[in-house]
Order: sequence, then C-alpha cells, then structure tokens
Amino acid sequence: MEESLRLKIGLAEMLKGGVIMDVVTAEHAKIAEDAGAVAVMALERVPADIRREGGVARMSDPALIEEIMSVVTIPVMAKCRIGHFGEAQILQELGVDYIDESEVLTPADEEHHVDKHAFKTPFVCGATDLGEALRRIGEGAALIRTKGEAGTGDVIEAVRHIRRIRRQIKTLTLISEMELMAEAKKLQAPYELVRQVAKEGRLPVPNFAAGGVATPADAALLMQLGSEAEFVGSGIFKSEDPAKRAQAIVKAVTFYDNPAELLKVSKGLGTPMTGIARNELPQEQLLAGRGW
Amino acid sequence: MVRPVAILALQGAVEPHRVKLSELGEEGVPVRTAAELAACRGLILPGGESTTLLNLIEHYRLAEPLAEFAAAHPVWGVCAGAILMAERVENPEQLSFGWMPLTVRRNAYGRQNESFIDRVALKLPGQPPAQMEGVFIRAPRIVEANGGLTVLAEHGGSPVTVQYGHHLATTFHPELSSSQALHRHFLSLCDGAAERSGRRLA
Repeated sequence: MEESLRLKIGLAEMLKGGVIMDVVTAEHAKIAEDAGAVAVMALERVPADIRREGGVARMSDPALIEEIMSVVTIPVMAKCRIGHFGEAQILQELGVDYIDESEVLTPADEEHHVDKHAFKTPFVCGATDLGEALRRIGEGAALIRTKGEAGTGDVIEAVRHIRRIRRQIKTLTLISEMELMAEAKKLQAPYELVRQVAKEGRLPVPNFAAGGVATPADAALLMQLGSEAEFVGSGIFKSEDPAKRAQAIVKAVTFYDNPAELLKVSKGLGTPMTGIARNELPQEQLLAGRGW
Repeated sequence: MVRPVAILALQGAVEPHRVKLSELGEEGVPVRTAAELAACRGLILPGGESTTLLNLIEHYRLAEPLAEFAAAHPVWGVCAGAILMAERVENPEQLSFGWMPLTVRRNAYGRQNESFIDRVALKLPGQPPAQMEGVFIRAPRIVEANGGLTVLAEHGGSPVTVQYGHHLATTFHPELSSSQALHRHFLSLCDGAAERSGRRLA
C-alpha cells in the first residue's frame, strides 16, 4: 500500500473505540474534548438544524473551523459537499486532520465524488452498502462511516446500513472466487477491492458508524453490530445536558459489550434530542440517498 | 501457563498490537479493568488520543492499579501511551503518570498533513545497529530525556524510542509497520521480568 494511504488509514486506526462529536462553536469543542471525544467535526449547523432550516448547506466558514482547531488538541475534521473539490482544497490548506465528504451538506455534483487520491489530507465518506463503500475507497477514502440518517436521532438507518455492509462482506467471503467478478458487477464496485474484501473478510479501511445516535445504548448497539467507532452529530448538543451525555456515550463505546456498565452510564442523562422518526420523513428529505 | 501480555483497550489502535504479538507466538489480551490487567505479565499502552485515555482512566479509577502494575511489570507506551508515561507533557501541559524521566511534546511535528513515514535508526541491546520503518502520526516528540534512559531508536538526531528500567516509550507506530524488532524487544523485557524461569523466548 502506498505511504500516503497508510498514514491516512493510520490516523483512523488511532480513533478506533472512540467518539467523534459534531461541534458548532469553540465552546462546544472544549466540552467535547473534556468529555473524552477522540476528535471533533467542526460545523456551522448540526444536521438537525440543517434539516429544520433547509436551504443550501455548505462548507463552514474556515475562520470558525480555525478557531475550533486552536482550542482543542484532538484531531479536527470538517465537511465538504459531495463532489466539491474546491471546498476540499480549502480545508486541506487550512490543515484540518480529516475531511468528511458528506451527504449532510447539499451535494455539489450529482455524478462525481471528489478524487480523494489527489489530497494529502485523509477523507471519510458515507456509505449505505458495500458497493458504495468500495467506490469511495476506490476514489481514495481512508475511512468509511455508515450514513444512517443524520439529524433524526433515529438509529434505524444506521443499523440498516451497518448490518447490510457486514452481511455483504460475509457473503463475499463465502462465495467461490470465480463468482467475484459477477459480484463486483452487481455491487458496482472495483474488482480488486471486491477480491480483497473476499479474502480478508473486512473493509480495506476502518468502518465507523454515524447518523441517528442519540443515547449510550444506540452507540453500544452499533459497536456490537461491528462498527469500530462512532460519529455523533446532533445527538449530543441537541440534548438537555450535552457534557453528561457526551461522557456517557464515550464510556458506552469503550464498554459496548458490558451491560452492567451500560446500565450505569445510561442513568439520569436528562432528555435526549427529540428527534424525528425516520418513517415520518418524506422520501425527498432523506439525506442517505445523496451520493451513489 | 505463561501469563499473556495486556493491551490497554479503553480506546485506540489495540488490534494491530494484538496481531503483532500473535505473529511472534504471543497472546495479546485487550484489557479494560484492573482485574483483567492483574492476570498479565506486561502491558502495552497503545496509540489513540491521550486526552480520551486520561479521561477514561480517571473515571474508572485505573491510575492506581496501572501504577501498581507498572512498578512490577514492563510497560510499553506507544505514541499516546508514551505521552501518558512521561514525567512532563507540553503543548499543552497535561497530567501524566511520570513513570519515565521524559518531557514529551504533543503533536510536535504538526497536524495530520505533517504525518510521515521515514526510516529510524535502531540500536537494540546486544544487536548490531539496524533500521526500521517509523510511522509518525500526529506524533509527539521527546524533548528532554533525563538520566538513566537508554535510547533505542533515533530519527533526525532525536530519540524516538527510549528504555528506562523495564519500561519503553516509542513516539511512532511500530504496530503499523512490518518490523517486529521492537515488539520482540518488549517481549524480551516481559520475559526478563517474569519471576518464572525457563520461559520460551519469542
């Protein structure tokens, strides 16, 4: 593997077992770091607000991201629109530690995602199934997060996506090698990556979960389903007591398979984000369908 | 039965160390509690985020059991783990265990865009000088090393792996390269410290 990709994946390795939190101010960022976040995602609006306010959602003001970078010592990530390599170039210049080419922002290109090989800064991309994950990895993504449905506080889509990817990976390991080209065709994924997944039984890059995590139990559920770390967006700062909830979710990701500990951290956290049930959302308001 | 080597599994790159130990015929056990740790003969503090690790160590009151373990057994801190083991931490100042007379500067080379891979010069006891690949990710730097320390690896004139008694601190990620040299050396420290004699060497 080329050195640049190894360094990009290397940082994702260091984030494993951790929680990456969406923050919109330097003050939030500090709360997140103090609560044990492994990284923060600097944004102008959390997904729940983007959803409520509508309009075009773009890359955040670099001055805001810069301020957040100056107050925390943990890695700082920021989002660019799908296909918007112009925004990505600015984020790389700014020196963020990871760029999220995100469906939460309004897509800039219906056909093409960013050519991520062209960047030194690593990229994380969303995926709803194995084909999509491997297309993004083919373009140079060093980290995949299952999309879930951001800004809802409803974990159903995140569960659907992680289960689907795990099942599709398992299937590849079971079928005969001579069927892999047909499988690559079906998945619309690069053949070499399909072969690699079939051989190793896992994605070639780390696989985190995102989209709809609102409680420690949600976080533990996704970890038990095979996620290696968690992105939590609106779930923390849209809740009654963000610092307490953030800390509880951090502990839940570490002790995801220990129900006694999960019980302890789940108590007395105040009201979670209200949320919107995914099934109440009209099709055109779903974010996970953005990108391909 | 030989007691296994623990890898602190609160957060971070645990699995690559487990794989490395397994290549050397050793069992690496992820541990999250004092009880799990007590059954082991050495400990790896892996890379991750030092602030997250400190937070969880504090909340689960692990500082004391970890210190007791370190007084009797070899511990190897890698990247964030090396930061935890230092006597003093800069950029910013933060709490640390102080098990090694080191001052470590966090993110000393810069952010992720400044992460790099380069050769480091190895000087392991009883072995001819050698080189291995050093994967430096938002790496810390040892800015001050006081008496009693042995430098085992250098990069650009700076120590990048040091030994103090039976403890090791490494600022890069040997678990992410193909070399087994430092893992093998750490196992030899674990074996040297084991009370039991006649142990198989990895």
